[in-house]
Amino acid sequence: MLSPDDWSAIRLTLKLAGLTTALLLLIGTPIAWWLARTDSILKRPIGAIVTLPMVLPPTVLGFYLLVAMGPQGPVGRLTQALGIGLLPFTFAGLVIASILYSLPFAVQPIQQAFEAMGERPLEVAATLRASPLDAFFTVALPLARPGLITAAVMSFAHTIGEFGVVLMIGGNIPDKTRVVSVQIYDHVEALEFTQGHWLSGGLLVFSFCVLLVLYHFNPVTSRKAAS
Amino acid sequence: MSIAARFSLAYPAFTLDVNLQLPAQGITALFGPSGSGKTTLLRCIAGLEKVGNGHLIVNGECWQSGNFFLPVHRRALGYVFQEASLFPHLTVQGNLDYGAVRSRRHKTTKAPPADQRNIVELLGIGHLLQRKPERLSGGERQRVAIARALLAAPKLLLMDEPLAALDFERKREILPYLERLRDELDIPILYVSHAFDEVSRLANHLVLMSTGQAIASGSLSELTARLDLPLTQYPDAGVVIDATVGAYDPEYHLTRLDFPGGCVYAGLHEMPLGHRARILIHASDVSIALSEAVNSSIVNRLPAQIEAFAATHHPAHLLVRLNIGDAPDNPPPSTSVIARITRRSRDQLRLHQGQRVWVQIKTVALVE
Amino acid sequence: MSIKPKLAKLWIAAALLPGAGMVQADAVSVAVAANFSVPMKKISTEFEKTSGHKVALSFGSTGKFYAQVKAGAPFEVLLAADDETPGKMEQEGLAVKDSRFTYAIGKLALWSAKEAVVDSNGDILKRGDFEHLAVANPRLAPYGAAGVQALQALGVYDAIAPKLVQGENIAQTYQFIATGNALLGFVALSQVIGEDGKAKSGSAWIVPQKYYTPIRQDAVLLDKGRDKTAAVELLKFLKTPYAARIIQSYGYGLPK
Repeated sequence: MLSPDDWSAIRLTLKLAGLTTALLLLIGTPIAWWLARTDSILKRPIGAIVTLPMVLPPTVLGFYLLVAMGPQGPVGRLTQALGIGLLPFTFAGLVIASILYSLPFAVQPIQQAFEAMGERPLEVAATLRASPLDAFFTVALPLARPGLITAAVMSFAHTIGEFGVVLMIGGNIPDKTRVVSVQIYDHVEALEFTQGHWLSGGLLVFSFCVLLVLYHFNPVTSRKAAS
Repeated sequence: MSIAARFSLAYPAFTLDVNLQLPAQGITALFGPSGSGKTTLLRCIAGLEKVGNGHLIVNGECWQSGNFFLPVHRRALGYVFQEASLFPHLTVQGNLDYGAVRSRRHKTTKAPPADQRNIVELLGIGHLLQRKPERLSGGERQRVAIARALLAAPKLLLMDEPLAALDFERKREILPYLERLRDELDIPILYVSHAFDEVSRLANHLVLMSTGQAIASGSLSELTARLDLPLTQYPDAGVVIDATVGAYDPEYHLTRLDFPGGCVYAGLHEMPLGHRARILIHASDVSIALSEAVNSSIVNRLPAQIEAFAATHHPAHLLVRLNIGDAPDNPPPSTSVIARITRRSRDQLRLHQGQRVWVQIKTVALVE
Repeated sequence: MSIKPKLAKLWIAAALLPGAGMVQADAVSVAVAANFSVPMKKISTEFEKTSGHKVALSFGSTGKFYAQVKAGAPFEVLLAADDETPGKMEQEGLAVKDSRFTYAIGKLALWSAKEAVVDSNGDILKRGDFEHLAVANPRLAPYGAAGVQALQALGVYDAIAPKLVQGENIAQTYQFIATGNALLGFVALSQVIGEDGKAKSGSAWIVPQKYYTPIRQDAVLLDKGRDKTAAVELLKFLKTPYAARIIQSYGYGLPK
């Protein structure tokens, strides 16, 4: 069945996905808020950039990250100057890569939720003495809850399934960057089909459960926000 | 105490250009057809629409002037939208508390805290407090929305067609609550509507809007008696008169309603003497006779003087404005009514301005 | 696709081969270990020219090819990165018995994209003054296993193990080093060799053969290519002096 290495990969994957999801909600929500409400000419370019990881092959993203975070890359120079060192082959590097990779999956549902709620609830809040920040936390966020849940589930699941990017910048280091998808790949490559089956099957069941949760919340998404 | 509002904005398809002084008491109706700019004006006053160069003073407090713009949430106002727009994630109580809690916290809106029990009772929503908005009827929602706005302790209540989204029954359900608001709360209300029946029933003051401009502003009785305004062109146009109950005849069940220059009788339920009663006299219910028709069944026959004529949309008809009273050139305060007659009648009777005649009023409608 | 272009091709091929009226121009599908991709392109171009056959090359990892062939992939020839996999395939009947031979012996190089990092004795491994050393996954890639063997033979494995970063194959390992994310690492000599037999760029140490088991890269005729003339001929072509010269020029050894 599963070896200690497999379990360590599972633990690492869950840690990576959990951390990535938490950070994505923190980062993605303001981006989604801005995208949903701005009239700026930058709306479309920024929206496109955020969506890019959805259409790019993960290997492209991984390759550019590897170059950008490398000692000659702009990010690498910055992190070195800041005394952080280089990000590839580190857990922090994986977290950053995962955030970029799953960004559209977090931003889009939240943005859609904000757009669906429209201006009215915020106007109502303003006429009831709520400052814009107050209204954001007490009205916009609660109303966007289905979108936030979708974003969290999608980010988590997408990070779990991440492979190409991790492969490119991970370096397959146990407990640091060797996640489940890489472990499965190695098992299959090494012709250890039994272990590959166990991990793959686990991932399959997990993904199924995630989609089940998602469909459970979806009817809420479609319901009109304002009554 | 008053509201001074000056706004002008020009969108490609729409312009707004108003300069208004409004009374800081009672209900002021912003009345006009859709697209006339009344909702935009209301949103400008609330600060929901940010218009450069606007000027707005509410009860001596500056809300907008020059570059100064008081953010919406710092304005001591209440706003009731056409759709109730309750927060779906909060219960009725949560909705009510939302503004109440914040208005208490804010120092800029120093109004005394609104009496929650009183307002909840006033709007009859005490039994709904624990419900979620999705489990309320349309009328209940709007009543909660009104209570929510009031509990934010506003010094000015803005209502944007609060009844427009409701069916006839729901309207009838809410109108009495609005009348109670007007009579029992000491808050000026700006009320946007395109329904004359609501306005005639509720408003003390009327602002007529047309294509982004305020074409007239005055008391309801004054404006409804003017021949130069589009109000008279409505099929059920009439003059609103604020009268008082002068007498009651128990034998015939007739109430005498007094107003400056005269009185009318109407078959109404008994009301205390001195009670204020608002009546509406439709132009189509008023006819003119050269002498008093003593052999007529019409009860209300009043001496009057012809003030002016005006054309209507229909070439057969004319509108005649008549000043009620028997003194020559009745001194103010006086009351005018409008009669719709045929052009032929005018010519046959040789009616002319300044002529003394009798008006016969077939029906007197009590509007509240 | 219509049959016409195919017929036309056959006619042209027949016309180009004087006196070879009976020889049929054919297409052969070859699975090539990634490390051998560049020399194989050269060799197959020459082969196509002289034989008139068409060669379709697929590059990838030997393990993946094994799984794919087992699942019925239409490869006819395999140029593996090791000798184990082809042997196993022979036993399992996936490959034609006795068709296996060593076409090249891989050589291991310690390489850095930077000048003057790797010295000519590999002393840097003993000093250990680097953050990451890249190596292909030793479980999957023969060059990775060889690299680990070398570290063990030099007695520095335990010291360096925490600094190891693994590429899934030697191509990825090369990327880690080329982008500077790993200062140095073990790659196939064929990846970094220049015309003069030395590293094209940066600095390299050709790891002496005594430090690791020779990386015998075996070729084998797969079951699907059993009756394919083109496949048989291609394997023969790999043993010609012409092919041997190309193979050697890319830093591979040849079996004696």
